[in-house]
Amino acid sequence: MPAPIYITASTIISSNRLVKNGQTLYEYTELDTAGFLMTAYQHLGVKYPKFYKMDHLSKLGWLAAEFLLKASFESARYAPEQVGIILTNANSSLDADLKYFESAREFASPALFVYTLPNIVIGEICIKHNFKGENAFFIFEEFDAGFIQKYVSGLMNSNILQACICGWVECIGEEYKAVLFFIEKGAENEPSAAVNDVADDLFTTDNLNKIYHSDNG
Amino acid sequence: MDKLIQDLKVQIIAQLNLQDVKPEDIGDDQPLFVEGLGLDSIDALELIVLLQQQYKIKLSNAEDGPKVFRSVRTIAEYIREHQPQNT
Repeated sequence: MPAPIYITASTIISSNRLVKNGQTLYEYTELDTAGFLMTAYQHLGVKYPKFYKMDHLSKLGWLAAEFLLKASFESARYAPEQVGIILTNANSSLDADLKYFESAREFASPALFVYTLPNIVIGEICIKHNFKGENAFFIFEEFDAGFIQKYVSGLMNSNILQACICGWVECIGEEYKAVLFFIEKGAENEPSAAVNDVADDLFTTDNLNKIYHSDNG
Repeated sequence: MDKLIQDLKVQIIAQLNLQDVKPEDIGDDQPLFVEGLGLDSIDALELIVLLQQQYKIKLSNAEDGPKVFRSVRTIAEYIREHQPQNT
């Protein structure tokens, strides 16, 4: 029997609000996307000069991952190859693509060009934390909890990964939303979640959807 | 030369989006890559764009890059040697 898989942490960033594990950590109204991302970075309290160079999608995903892992991730527990990242969104890197297209009218910017792929955000998170596990970025019309649950469960049940950051990172103009989950395995032969009083933490499609939609109220 | 070096520092900070760095933080002879400002290969491309945009200078030989971009002073010297007249 495979070890149970849990959602051990979650982070939502949308509408100028940052929520971790259901608790609002930070909220700031009347800021545009760039202003909010910069203020959230300052709130995080780490010095990472490369942040300034990232496009909005990478800033958003990187920030969501930082808040997700902060105080929730023990790097000593996993080898770099055991931690993966599976992300999704609807508009790929279109936000950066359009900015690069504009810059190319005069001088094409190399710094913008490197962000014209959606999976660059995964690279930024991996560089920061030295993750080297399986990763992929999928494009869907909308958040597909069923796909994420099946895909990540497959990677974890086949022992390709022991932990995974997964979810949705979307940014286009002034519209943005990131919902990331940290997924880890429980101990083998652990009693089933239903009798273990942790059903809300189980890595199920319903729980992913519940968290994803929890900021709509 | 001093004015050119000061201008370059401001332009480098803007072009490379070095928001934590002030012009006075960059030494005239401080290495820009690796142990100095810690710039990377994408930054090198941005410096080439800066030379083209601001000074109409094309780096004709890519192998000159490490020598030209070693410090703000070496960039200034390269500009002095290669800048078209009256620009």
